[in-house]
Amino acid sequence: MSSAIEQARELFSDEVVTKAISRDVELPYGAGTAVLITLDNGHDHTKPNTFGPGGLLSLDEAIEAARARTDIVAVAVTGKPFIFAVGADLTGVPAIQNREQAHAIGKLGHDVFRKLGEMHVPTFALVNGAAMGGGVEVALHCTYRTVSSGVPAFSLPETFLGLVPGWGGTYLLPHLIGAEKALKIIIDNPLAQNKVIKGRQVFEMGIADALFEPADFVEESLRWAAKVVKGEITVERPEVDKGEAWDNAVNMARFTVEGKLHGAAPAPVRAVELVAEAKNRTRDEGFAAEDEALADLILSDELKAGLYAFDLVQKRAKRPAGAPDKSLARKVTKVGVVGAGLMAGQLALLFARRLDVPVVMTDLDQERLDKGVSYVHGEIDKLLGKGRINGDKANRLKAQVTGSLTKDAFSDADFVIEAVFEKMEVKKQVFAEVEAVVSPEAVLATNTSSLSITEMASELKHPERVVGFHFFNPVAVLPLLEIVRGEKTDDAALATAFATARKLKKTAVLCKDAPAFVVNRLLTLFMGEVLGAVGEGTEPEVADRAVAPLGLPMSPLMLLQLVGPAVALHVSETLHEAFPDRFAVSDQLREIVKAGKTAIFAPDFTIDPEVRKLFSGGDEPSEESRILDRALRALAREIRIMLDEGVVAEAADIDLCLITGAGWPFHTGGITPYLDKVGVSTEVNGKPFHEGAPKAL
Amino acid sequence: MSRTARDVVFVDGVRTPFGKSGKGLYAETRADDLVVRVIRELMRRNPGLPAERIDEVAIAATTQIGDQGLTIGRSAAILAGLPRSVPGYAIDRMCAGALTAVTTSGAGIAFGAYDVVIAGGVEHMGRHPMGEGVDPNPRFLSEKLVDPSALVMGNTAENLHDRYPTITKERADAYAVRSQEKVAKAYADGKIQPDLVEVLVRSLEKGYGLATQDEPPRPGTTMETLAGLKTPFRAHGNVTAGNAAGLNDGATGAILAAEDVARELGLTSRMRLVDFSFAGVEPEVMGVGPVPATEKLFARQGISMDDIGLIEINEAFAVQVLAFLEHFGLADDDPRVNPWGGAIALGHPLASSGVRLMMQLARQFAERPDVRYGLTTMCVGMGMGGTVLWENTEYEGGK
Repeated sequence: MSSAIEQARELFSDEVVTKAISRDVELPYGAGTAVLITLDNGHDHTKPNTFGPGGLLSLDEAIEAARARTDIVAVAVTGKPFIFAVGADLTGVPAIQNREQAHAIGKLGHDVFRKLGEMHVPTFALVNGAAMGGGVEVALHCTYRTVSSGVPAFSLPETFLGLVPGWGGTYLLPHLIGAEKALKIIIDNPLAQNKVIKGRQVFEMGIADALFEPADFVEESLRWAAKVVKGEITVERPEVDKGEAWDNAVNMARFTVEGKLHGAAPAPVRAVELVAEAKNRTRDEGFAAEDEALADLILSDELKAGLYAFDLVQKRAKRPAGAPDKSLARKVTKVGVVGAGLMAGQLALLFARRLDVPVVMTDLDQERLDKGVSYVHGEIDKLLGKGRINGDKANRLKAQVTGSLTKDAFSDADFVIEAVFEKMEVKKQVFAEVEAVVSPEAVLATNTSSLSITEMASELKHPERVVGFHFFNPVAVLPLLEIVRGEKTDDAALATAFATARKLKKTAVLCKDAPAFVVNRLLTLFMGEVLGAVGEGTEPEVADRAVAPLGLPMSPLMLLQLVGPAVALHVSETLHEAFPDRFAVSDQLREIVKAGKTAIFAPDFTIDPEVRKLFSGGDEPSEESRILDRALRALAREIRIMLDEGVVAEAADIDLCLITGAGWPFHTGGITPYLDKVGVSTEVNGKPFHEGAPKAL
Repeated sequence: MSRTARDVVFVDGVRTPFGKSGKGLYAETRADDLVVRVIRELMRRNPGLPAERIDEVAIAATTQIGDQGLTIGRSAAILAGLPRSVPGYAIDRMCAGALTAVTTSGAGIAFGAYDVVIAGGVEHMGRHPMGEGVDPNPRFLSEKLVDPSALVMGNTAENLHDRYPTITKERADAYAVRSQEKVAKAYADGKIQPDLVEVLVRSLEKGYGLATQDEPPRPGTTMETLAGLKTPFRAHGNVTAGNAAGLNDGATGAILAAEDVARELGLTSRMRLVDFSFAGVEPEVMGVGPVPATEKLFARQGISMDDIGLIEINEAFAVQVLAFLEHFGLADDDPRVNPWGGAIALGHPLASSGVRLMMQLARQFAERPDVRYGLTTMCVGMGMGGTVLWENTEYEGGK
């Protein structure tokens, strides 16, 4: 092995090595002896098998030993319980310093895995559990694959993180199942919230040749392998269309990637091109091209940002910075929801489903109340109809969600959340009424998006029980929950809020009681810069397009439409009041709201002619690049101020909020790694947000 | 309302290869997983049997805790993927667990309450050593209800040598050598393998492997090798690891059905359950249990050993088999007895063994249409014996 490999091994000095352990097995039906290789890192399923240099070399050793034997008829590879292998060990990636090391890692994977496809005996991947990335590629290199119907996740997530499936994936998969299906796995799924497929689909898509139940999956796979070895089973796979279908699939994927990312992330583009070229390449050429792509991408800022973002949502999200000790949390056995509007209904459903406790909604108006409760019951029926819950569960949930015209129904609730009109006086009154009936310890939570928690609590007998509990719409989709500590909020109330958030399966981030907290403050600022440019005379289409290079999930004007012009105006006014120097209120937005417009775009996605008219004015249009620059500079300045004010603990929390509350992308790492990369943070604040590579923890 | 007594047939049997407890084949494999593999293989081998037609899953285990607990018949049925509508339960009669699973659920068929059942047993003596977690009532000793030696099976075997002084250590060793030889020959002739289902075995250190044959047999065992073994239960005693079954892991299972249902579903009827009997003896000589159990059955049926063409007797200890033979006046090497060897060579995972005896008897019946009746019999800890009388469905003598 070359010295670059030695260097790579040192970079991965903390590697939890997945060992490839060989054992002879007598195949049934007298088919002969096979070598069964088990991939096992010695830990349970919570620490899945991965491939670092040590793991690759261990597999190489096992394969070489089998290659030297003339007394075997097959080689089979399987994983440890519940896990096949979940891909490359990425822990050492940030430490890789140069292209030579990066290239060596890519090449090592190929050099080892490809032997599985070039043996003197047939090789079988027995995909017994979760398989991702390099794990999938190990299977693809084998002559045959079986898959367990219990496999919960099978995916090539590389492009989601900032890589390509470059250990054979972009070459082997399209040649196995055709470019169209391959690109679904390589591009479409990773770009759709990193979707995975299950064992049955692996078989149905033709990736695996046989499907067996989990109870005796390996035994039945080995029986099948024995029949293949003996020639009693011949595997027939449909021929792959290497003509127009291939090109069409590639063009479609190009379109998808461009539409979603506007060239903002290099990895998906590279992956599509590798699949495009794979059509006419030999294996050697295909694998060599993958090595080059990996070498480029491993050193890319987008991968570093992607890995950082991955750690944010996987690790930081599970240990919220600044949350009080869990043991202080009080039990929540009944929940009250003040209000019966759409938001209240979404909250009631979520609490009932996740906490499995009674949830009472209140409203002053019987009709509104009935509507609210029946909305929730209707959603429960939808879940039942889709088979997500069974009839008993639906009955239980419906029985749990009830309505009451008076707040007496809250008397034994431990957690009451309000989702009423966004006005301080209204909320104060609601809390006063609730306080009159609940116990002194009951937590009072507010879903306010911009009002002060401290002020809302100020006239209560027990202000220490009030917390901000700010969800993002749609509640079922966006994971973020901003938990806001008021001046007097005590640790027990806060701990209860965090414990409840965890049960709701939300990503909780602790915020100070500052105007609009994190996400709305930054999105309003960002949108404000775009609207500002429009106000100065830039065409709205140009301004809207200006931030496309970031590859955000939706353009600023699309976001404005989703939020609703009235709500956006309200938040913008609140922030303007708090920070008049930095937050302007767009006159044109005022006009749009005044005109009663609720949508920005017409159904054909062009700007509504009436809105467009209201957008006119100003005589200092800007170029796209200037608008992007000013938006980024505003973000950099504001985030620094927020960190100095202590709105959240660290820049990582800002990024976590943007990713989970606004869907900002992995390749920008939320936003601060991107601001550092393009140098805006240092230009504006005199220093970057992260010294060296961004760290999630 | 009506009730019809029906004939009960043994349709098919399957077992895992038996392993040595401790560091053997199944050291890192769960007991319930062994049962699941057996049940699934029974279903695969009998595709004519719709799973929803199974009326009961009766699985025996001596130590019903951990992976052998949780009402193992029911939990294994669910784990094996049988429909939720199929019930199951757990059975314990120590070594005769699986045998009792067959007689009890088989009796349910005869009574008309079941059409088809799965009956079997499991014991992972590595994960669950004999006596794990037991708490004997102090009255056993204070009131001298049992001799202190009754709880240690090896001691009861030594006691049996005392009761049958003509059974010497040499006779016991010679019997053990023959058992090993018969198993080796049966393996060579391919008699044992058809009832085995291969099992995936896990080892953290060695990776996954496949158990394809019994681990305990020691082919080539001689009188000389046995002579040198220790007698751990009594100084200068008779019982050694060589003339007794070892500590083993394994699972067995069988399908039983009402004969008319077997016909309806196109299932094989390998042998017919005729009668069964259990009897108690002093716990300190539990090995003699098969004698009164068999006598009781003979008396009820009005038959004698002359009517029996094949006997599968469990070999917990050589002395216990020899006591049975001596009582019934059979030679130590009577060819009707354990023609393919027994537990001394194959192993004895307690509660699973009864069904192994049956599957071997069923295969011997198929080869011996001249034989009409056969026995499966075994001794049981705490002083019992159990005997089942079977009729060969292939018997041609009557035609």
